[in-house]
Amino acid sequence: MGKVGIIGVGQSSFVRGYPGSIRELAFDGFKEAMQDAQIQTKDIDASIIASAPEYDKQRSPAGVIAEYLGLIPQPTFYIESICSSSSTAVKVAYSMIKAGLHDVVAIIGFQKMSEISSSESQERMGRGADIQWESPFGTMMPAYYAMYAQAHMDKHGTTLEDLARIRVKAATYGQINEKAVYRKPVSMEMFTDPESNFSAPVAKPLRVGDCCANADGSSCIILANEKKAKAMSKKPVWVLGIGAASEAVNMAGRDLLTGLTVGIEAGKQAYAMAGVTPKDIDVAEVHDCFTIAEMMAYENLGFAQPGEGKDLIASKETYKEGSIPVNVDGGLLSKGHPIGATGGSQIRTIVLQLRDEAGEMQVKDPEIGLVHNIGGVGLYGNVTILGR
Amino acid sequence: MAKKEVDDRFKKFGTVSFTAITKTNDFVDYLEKGKVMGTKCKDCGALYFPPRSDCSKCLDSNMEWFEVSGTGKLMSFSELKYGPVGFEDDLPYTIALLDYGNHKVFGRISKEIPFEDLSIGMELKTKTTTLPNGQLGYVFERV
Repeated sequence: MGKVGIIGVGQSSFVRGYPGSIRELAFDGFKEAMQDAQIQTKDIDASIIASAPEYDKQRSPAGVIAEYLGLIPQPTFYIESICSSSSTAVKVAYSMIKAGLHDVVAIIGFQKMSEISSSESQERMGRGADIQWESPFGTMMPAYYAMYAQAHMDKHGTTLEDLARIRVKAATYGQINEKAVYRKPVSMEMFTDPESNFSAPVAKPLRVGDCCANADGSSCIILANEKKAKAMSKKPVWVLGIGAASEAVNMAGRDLLTGLTVGIEAGKQAYAMAGVTPKDIDVAEVHDCFTIAEMMAYENLGFAQPGEGKDLIASKETYKEGSIPVNVDGGLLSKGHPIGATGGSQIRTIVLQLRDEAGEMQVKDPEIGLVHNIGGVGLYGNVTILGR
Repeated sequence: MAKKEVDDRFKKFGTVSFTAITKTNDFVDYLEKGKVMGTKCKDCGALYFPPRSDCSKCLDSNMEWFEVSGTGKLMSFSELKYGPVGFEDDLPYTIALLDYGNHKVFGRISKEIPFEDLSIGMELKTKTTTLPNGQLGYVFERV
């Protein structure tokens, strides 16, 4: 069996209040990926649409979007695993291509979150957890991750300052990413200044500054089998490893509160399949929906030992010039987190890095990149390893 | 013809319940009697909290109830300053996870314990409560 390559990547700008419908939003990311791949819609054999469905009024968005993008009568499928929907779609597309069912598959991830209020949005995200046994207590995404932060701080001595450093790094790159929703600089002082909303607690110990911003956006990744990838693309980026895992939805079903087991498990699978180790990774995108999530990802992916993630960020090793650059596009924290589009956007960043096309954000000569995309509070986890 | 009776007791669980119909509806009756209950598989002995009506270990549905008793260790907690729609009047409140050794319980810390007094590893107990809006729930209290 041949390899599977990525031949086109695209994303819309991530914005507050996209002035259009979901099909128009999906078009933005798709158009960029098609221009990148320099192919036509007839070259695409199937499409996978990925989002978290509770944000939109449209039932079964796949058909509507496939039609709008000119991808009929080819088959279209809908995939969801909340925040990791579009990287889950990569695993499905990879499988379909490997099975010989389709040669070229486009994945379009999107989310238009702005049509509902922030608290309604949080309530829906809370329902990504266990609605029967936990949501009746008034749970929210930040509070779950805050429980992980509390446990991490207690066990490893991680501090609020350590977490703030991750946000400062994100903003360093968010400022130079023209697709990011949050393009302002962030300083350590903002986390202690009572005048700054960054210091305001959301769910203790996490503050506003520790949380990513809701945004509307879309992304598109086009995958092809080896033969087509080589024929169609000058610089295909190859999928070297894919790992995926799931975890108990209820916190009561979990033993580890200082890391995400799905990140550990999916990472192990992806490293084994790619035949590489954490040391071989030259650039990474990790799921930093909250600062603590990036801290745990360092440790869960083996970039640092458990409890030593704080040293990695303190020594700036995850900056662009460091030994393992992480989220040098601003991450979810600055770029924004349009649920269904996020995984595809992370993959786009790594593909551009491996093609040496990341502009100001470019890491020096990377050969192998990693994408870590989490759904819910560590409910689903996907790790994808890419190489040029 | 009489309308078919729907057993929707579970809608009484928590500040806002998102589930009305479940085979574990008796959980709510036990709450009314002051008991927080989990389930145990009669065939393989697996313990479940939150309670389940089916065993994923032996794939049987032969369950009995057991009471969550004694004390559990506080594994982690978080105080919410913002709540989802429907929970605004409860703010601020603290969610937490207790480890009872052979099972864990997720819930809220009693408002009688100041946030500053909480620390991971402390022993707490689970107690039923009636919420201000008449709904039923449970909280973690001092031993």
